[in-house]
Amino acid sequence: MDWLFFGEISLAGLAMGGLYGLIGLGFVIIYKATRVINFAIGEIMMFAAYLFLAFAGGMEMSPWVALPLAVLGGSVLGGVIEKVMIRPMLGESSISVVMVTIGLASILVGLVELGWGADPQLLPEFLPRKPVFLGELYLAPKIAYGFLIGATLLLVYLLYFRFSRGGVALRATASDQAAAYSMGINVRRVFNLAWVFGSLAASLAGVLVAATGGLSPQFGAVGLSVLVVVIVGGLDSILGALIAGLFIGWLETVAGAYLGGQYRMPATFAVLAVILVLRPYGLFGTHEIERV
Amino acid sequence: MRIGDAKQSYEADEAIWTSSTQKFWFAVFLLVLAVFPFVADAYLLYIGCLVGIAVISTTGLNILTGFTGLISLGQAGFMGVGGYTVAWFSLHTALPFPLTLLLAGLLTAAVGILVGLPSLRVKGLYLAIATLAASVFLHFIFAEWQAVTGGMGGLSLPPAHLFGLTFQSDFEMYFIIVPLAVVMVLAAKNVFRTRTGRAFIAIRDRDISAEILGINLLRYKLMSFALSSFYAGVAGGLFAYFYRVVTPESFPLSLSIFYLAAVIVGGMGNLLGGILGAAFMTLIPEMLNLLTATLTPFYPNAPVFMSPMLGIIFGALIVGFLIFEPNGLGEIWQRVRRFFRLWPFRN
Repeated sequence: MDWLFFGEISLAGLAMGGLYGLIGLGFVIIYKATRVINFAIGEIMMFAAYLFLAFAGGMEMSPWVALPLAVLGGSVLGGVIEKVMIRPMLGESSISVVMVTIGLASILVGLVELGWGADPQLLPEFLPRKPVFLGELYLAPKIAYGFLIGATLLLVYLLYFRFSRGGVALRATASDQAAAYSMGINVRRVFNLAWVFGSLAASLAGVLVAATGGLSPQFGAVGLSVLVVVIVGGLDSILGALIAGLFIGWLETVAGAYLGGQYRMPATFAVLAVILVLRPYGLFGTHEIERV
Repeated sequence: MRIGDAKQSYEADEAIWTSSTQKFWFAVFLLVLAVFPFVADAYLLYIGCLVGIAVISTTGLNILTGFTGLISLGQAGFMGVGGYTVAWFSLHTALPFPLTLLLAGLLTAAVGILVGLPSLRVKGLYLAIATLAASVFLHFIFAEWQAVTGGMGGLSLPPAHLFGLTFQSDFEMYFIIVPLAVVMVLAAKNVFRTRTGRAFIAIRDRDISAEILGINLLRYKLMSFALSSFYAGVAGGLFAYFYRVVTPESFPLSLSIFYLAAVIVGGMGNLLGGILGAAFMTLIPEMLNLLTATLTPFYPNAPVFMSPMLGIIFGALIVGFLIFEPNGLGEIWQRVRRFFRLWPFRN
């Protein structure tokens, strides 16, 4: 066994996994606050990546202006989705709400295809091209810097939720809506903000992932990997999303490198199946599943 | 206004046809179905066959999702199992189509039971994700098990045959698909007049109460999975006979979502709604095709917009129906009927 190769593959997988963790974080924020499983998260990522393509490629802005704009666009999209589609579904069965997000995913794919065509596209290069070495191990610069940017946002989020007023409101709403409401927290606004913040994390990750692997209307399929991440980590656990993100990213890349690309999905879904049978609430999630 | 239909026994109350008017209209409907292939052109026949297949599959998913409350994203995978079973038996044996379809249904039911096993542990969205995992594995098997499934290239199969007759054209296939669809929908209707069907509904409405009523949850959930997969398997088998080729790409995840959308648009837990939903969802792409064809002379680019528009319309229908008409087309149909029944006393 070539340990150097294994190390490089693992490193690339972990870096990718860091981005999965970021997307998973976006997913978990939305789930914690509103109890909505967002099947459209991959498509929100894709939408933001296409916005970046439009700003940086089409309008020829500097990528460092286009990136915040695209992320902002994705967050606004999240807020609008919450207002228009999720709010009216309040109190409906969770299956109905999930189906709404599936329908939304289909709409977003259609819109993107309408606007930019069905062909795969490359994002303009904006990350430094100098190869990165960690000791002996080579890491593709796009992946390395993508990971760094993602990790920075992740850190900001964690600090925000821990210390800021908004973060406390969000955690309060997540743990008990009625109590939060009676303490004067504007629960409606928290719902909306959760979608905005969740989409923000997904949007940034979307641009970074698209920068390494290219962009097409099928890009939203990344959402399936993220689904695995959050189920394995536990739907309502931020820590779980981060650890499971790293693990699933690593597993996917290693399976792809050693067994072939067609094994990426089955490998992660096998982990998912095992987790569903043994620990349905995930590695770190709250035990709340009824077994009947 | 209909009067004098007081029911005096439980049998009369749960009968499928409660009045002679209903029987009359159903007979008319069957007559229309029988005459249709002789008057319709090739295109309408093709659509008729597609609707028939969609009705069977939607009815199957409705049993599972609409009546038992178990959401499944694996319908396309189940149809694939049925399709590949039919293809394999047609290529390697000389079995006539009723037998291959039966085998397809039974094998798919077995796979369905296997996939349904996690429903012992998880439910709701977790179950949906478990079925999603199942469909990923099935797709992987279709693509990689070269010896049986032919890999990415798939399998081409000979036409359906029975007693020396072969069923090749859409016209001939119509006489397999549509009668089968009618029989299977009626069978589903009858299931819900029995203990089994009522157990499914009880599980959907509140599983804990159902268990206290003495319903063995695991057994009935698995039965629901088996029955639903049987329908999917038969539909997949007909799909294979109809297109005469099956590949892994014939049964993508979007097909599962298509059927889920058909159930929702039609109305969950409403067989008639499921039929309407299946027909409606099948017709949308065709109507869009028609629109594109009429627009092309004026806007040469129209065909380019066709496929994205389809995705947008599908999504918008799912979202729109869930928000504004959660009980679907079936409910709209009931409203129309009520209008005529109460006319002229209420308007």
